[in-house]
Amino acid sequence: MAGVPDAPPRCVRRTDGKVMGGVAGGLADHLGLLPIHVRLGFIGLAMMGGFGLLLYAALWVVLPQDTAVRTGEQPAGVEAATRQGKRTEGPRRHRVQDAGQLVSIAVLAIGVIALFPHLGGVSTKVFWPLLVGGGGLALLWRQADESQRVRWTSSAPTKLRWLWPLFMTGGWVTVLRTGVGLLLVVVALTWGVSSAAGMDAVNAGLPVLLGAVIGLVLIAGPWMWRMVGDLSEERRERIRSQERADMAAHLHDSVLQTLALIQKQAHDQRAVVRLARSQERDLRQWLYGDQEDADATLRSELRRAAAEVEDNHGVPVEVVMVGDAPLDPALTAVVRAAGEAMVNAAKHSGAPRIDVYAEVEDDRVEVYVRDRGVGFDPDRVGEDRLGVRRSIYERMERHGGRAQVRSGPGEGTEVRLVVDDRDVHGPSPGEGRARGRVRT
Amino acid sequence: MSTSPDSRRRIVLVDDHAMFRTGVRTEIGAAVDIVGEAGDVDQAVKVILETKPEVVLLDVHLPGGGGAEVARRVLATEPDVRFLALSVSDAPEDVIGVIRAGARGYVTKTITGEEIVDGVRRIADGDAVFSPRLAGFVLDAFAGAVDPGSIDEELDRLTQREREVLRLIARGYAYKEVAKELFISVKTVETHVSSVLRKLQLSNRYELTRWATDRRLV
Repeated sequence: MAGVPDAPPRCVRRTDGKVMGGVAGGLADHLGLLPIHVRLGFIGLAMMGGFGLLLYAALWVVLPQDTAVRTGEQPAGVEAATRQGKRTEGPRRHRVQDAGQLVSIAVLAIGVIALFPHLGGVSTKVFWPLLVGGGGLALLWRQADESQRVRWTSSAPTKLRWLWPLFMTGGWVTVLRTGVGLLLVVVALTWGVSSAAGMDAVNAGLPVLLGAVIGLVLIAGPWMWRMVGDLSEERRERIRSQERADMAAHLHDSVLQTLALIQKQAHDQRAVVRLARSQERDLRQWLYGDQEDADATLRSELRRAAAEVEDNHGVPVEVVMVGDAPLDPALTAVVRAAGEAMVNAAKHSGAPRIDVYAEVEDDRVEVYVRDRGVGFDPDRVGEDRLGVRRSIYERMERHGGRAQVRSGPGEGTEVRLVVDDRDVHGPSPGEGRARGRVRT
Repeated sequence: MSTSPDSRRRIVLVDDHAMFRTGVRTEIGAAVDIVGEAGDVDQAVKVILETKPEVVLLDVHLPGGGGAEVARRVLATEPDVRFLALSVSDAPEDVIGVIRAGARGYVTKTITGEEIVDGVRRIADGDAVFSPRLAGFVLDAFAGAVDPGSIDEELDRLTQREREVLRLIARGYAYKEVAKELFISVKTVETHVSSVLRKLQLSNRYELTRWATDRRLV
């Protein structure tokens, strides 16, 4: 969307389809790997003196959740329908139940417990308080992590903003979890200190102190980090609300004005249809259209030509496009010829609707303009009728293309415009789009 | 078909705008039997399961998950109900989504009452209804570069004939005219169209994935 800076693709943690923190899944998405490979990688690294565990934990802290990063990149109407839950969501990744997460965390804990006695130099007196404290921290942290899904800056009372992530997801469960977590941390600290009193002060006191400091950093760190993230989220939100204001202005300038005009011209049915149609077109483009349509491509120019015919002659023109290409001189000729064909159909055929179909293939562009009007006998068109000959046949031939007109009395008319042998080695439509932009 | 061709089709209208439902009812109420209306997903599923209509006129954007959700949930228990998607949305992914969920056709909301009735009749008779726009979306969706390494993908690819049929529909031809143009019977056109629809519904492969990825949908 205009205004929101285009964020480069960012590595995020998954919120669905995750086993623990969504780190491996997110990394896999980012790197284009299978999650299972990333998970195996982490396990492998974990074997190397626990480096994988540290790395995982660090990424868990640093990476934002995908909900925090997901931004509106779609046309206004599609985005609105998504926001209101009116669209079916795309194929979702299978959601792993919380049980799966609990099991993996439990396995991890058991692993740590089993591992610890084998690491020399750490007495059990230090180990158990550390474990209890760690459990408390894990509880606190998970709580903060989950509540991050809800945007809290907007609804939090300003004074309690810092504590908000702990309690805001609501319910006693949250409070309980946070309480138990805090309790565990406090118990661990007291336990550690009291057992240290009987021991060598340096041997025991230092690790406990270290633990307390690390604990504080761990508790405060993620919050600090997320505050920064939420600030930029808030900024994005502000830009979005500006966009909403733009939309309101747009509705006012276009739809409401048109409706007023329609009320005034209610007696003239043709004018009403024309106004309504042009408004419909405008809104469609605005709500559902491709953003790139603003550039001069075959698609946008054909649409523009069709819109002109609709406005000038009051006949709806339905444009169906397959593929797209940047405008070059030959395609400009195609657009002009197609425009002429549409004008002819609107003027002479008496058809209620004109169908335009355009298809871009690798080495060929075809455009069909069809009406179901009165038709004519192509052989009996007088030599003096220069419109079709000059504007359609000759124009196409000048640019290496050709035109065919099929018509018969009562059968309607179809004009086919073809350009063959386009620059096959030229850029693909995607790159071409950029080239087209430079040229215009 | 249990009903004779000239009996009135039983249909249910699903759209979250009451005004639009009223409009459709006025336009086609004389030609079909509207046995129920609904304004959101849950209500729609309930009404459809209760009334068991032949055809459901289904809006693409609906509170509670969209038209595709309705089709999926109903078809899970009532595979005989047929859906005709009716949309104001120009977003191809919405339309393709509801077709993939099991709708048998798609028309835009600017369509005339007669055309709706005709579409309902064709769908009730087991046919598929492709508007030029839908044909364009589908061709666009399947128009990916050929993946040379994979034979398996060919299964889901449109045949040359199916592409020709879709192209003519996209150009605004009626089935009858398509048949005449390609020197085949209308029945054959219908067969091709149905098989395109089936491929679209079954296809979970390369093209659609890529198409969706290109549009940042997945």
